[in-house]
Amino acid sequence: MSAQSSASRASPSSFIDEVIAATPGSDPHLDLCVQCGTCGGSCPSGPDMEHTPRQLFAMINAGMKEDVLRSNTPWYCVSCYYCMVRCPQDVHITDIMYSLKRMAIKEGMFQESTAADAPDFSETFIDFVEQYGRSFELGLATRYHLKHHPLGAVKMAGFGLGMLLRGRMDLTPTKIEGIAQLKTILARAKELGADSSKNGGGQ
Amino acid sequence: MKYGYYPGCSLERNAIAYHRSAMAVADALDIEFVEVDDWNCCGATEYISIDALPAYALVARNLALASQQKQNGNGNQLVAPCSACYLNLQKTNHYMADSPELAQQVNTALQAGGLNYDPGSVRVRHLLDILTQDVGYDAVAEKVTKPLYNLRIAPYYGCLIVRPGFDDTYHNPEYPTCLDELMRKLGATVVDYPVKTHCCGGHMTQISEPVALDLIRRLLKNAADYQADAIVTLCPMCQLNLDGYQEAVNKHFGTNYQIPILYFTQLMGLAFGIKPKKLGFGKEFVDARPALAKIEAEPPKKPKKRKRPPKEALPMPNLTEGM
Ligand code: SF4
Ligand code: SF4
Repeated sequence: MSAQSSASRASPSSFIDEVIAATPGSDPHLDLCVQCGTCGGSCPSGPDMEHTPRQLFAMINAGMKEDVLRSNTPWYCVSCYYCMVRCPQDVHITDIMYSLKRMAIKEGMFQESTAADAPDFSETFIDFVEQYGRSFELGLATRYHLKHHPLGAVKMAGFGLGMLLRGRMDLTPTKIEGIAQLKTILARAKELGADSSKNGGGQ
Repeated sequence: MKYGYYPGCSLERNAIAYHRSAMAVADALDIEFVEVDDWNCCGATEYISIDALPAYALVARNLALASQQKQNGNGNQLVAPCSACYLNLQKTNHYMADSPELAQQVNTALQAGGLNYDPGSVRVRHLLDILTQDVGYDAVAEKVTKPLYNLRIAPYYGCLIVRPGFDDTYHNPEYPTCLDELMRKLGATVVDYPVKTHCCGGHMTQISEPVALDLIRRLLKNAADYQADAIVTLCPMCQLNLDGYQEAVNKHFGTNYQIPILYFTQLMGLAFGIKPKKLGFGKEFVDARPALAKIEAEPPKKPKKRKRPPKEALPMPNLTEGM
């Protein structure tokens, strides 16, 4: 099986190959799914998903690229790994959900899903990490919530105040000493990722 | 015992109670944690959602720094108290070892910053595993001077310490018991907690609050059903969601849960006789004091054995008690 998968990695010809190629690390076994439905039945977010993981994998197999990338399913995945330990075929479901998120962002297809704020949350989070080497909760909360939930931000302000009063949130971000080194590493990784995705490997 | 230590961003501030209590407990047990010099954020669940290779490189910088750190001892083991950090470190270690292509790309990126990481050269462990496996239950029990008699605990593991189990995991992915056992060694009463490995909602509190609140409600309800005085956790994300959003759950569902969410190291510290202040008590949203006030000096009495019905009696349930 792995021989077949690595062959397909070299030249992604169909959507399923694209998804496999976009999942670095071990072989995700996506082509081994037997549609048993164990994943959907195990999923805490199942009721909120437009498609259960099983349905999504059938759609991938059928080449329904746009419907898959516009589905809210990957964005409602909370990364609990229940499906992955229960899947009889060792399909790396959680990893595939991450791949689908990245592909949706790249294709600009997430805006219409009901989890449209999720990519921006992730992006705001990593902006701070790239700038300081550490995450920064106050910055994240203010920038993200003011943009997306201006009304909710008032409620969040109460929560944030509670965090500050308990000494559980910093007012200023912490910067690591090797931030220049980290930036160089990440820049190189981005280049490599962009290169290899062109020929079907990497990210 | 000596280990490398990767605190992660949460333990610096939001989970400062976890950090303080972990250090106090380590001290009592003669464990030395050597913090990885100039570590960076692990990317949580966010970086990998946007860009894969930089996400792995971000984590690999920490592994590279840890592998250089000679004083880690113990075969270069790195301890992460946060389950999300633990998962990211293990995942990167595992996938780099499994995929030479990924390892080569990540190392090309690291080399731009003068670093290199040999996959698998660092062993990533969770703090709970160090205390239950390496230190061991008996050594913990020996340190107990103020047992937590009469305190009813719901042991909450969450997801990422038990699943998917990339490396050397010994936990049952659905029904682990080591935290239960550890809490019993402290004298506490451990209640059955069928949802012990269910999800806390992760970052959903930020993205789609109703989804997260429902997951949190289930965890609180189950603990309340079993009359737990407190839920014990081993992950900053779980703690924050269950503690910081408990009021939101109450508002949303019209409930009135008041269940303190404590780190397992805080309870270990208490049982070791360490002052609560040193263990970060007081940082929680839901006040822990009423629960801690229930601790008694004497172990709870074993329930009296029911008298056997006379042999000649009919096999009927005995309903006289409590009626
Ligand atoms: S549990 Fe595995 S095999 Fe079954 S439907 Fe889900 S992915 Fe396919
Ligand atoms: S990892 Fe994601 S898809 Fe799998 S069960 Fe958990 S929430 Fe559902």
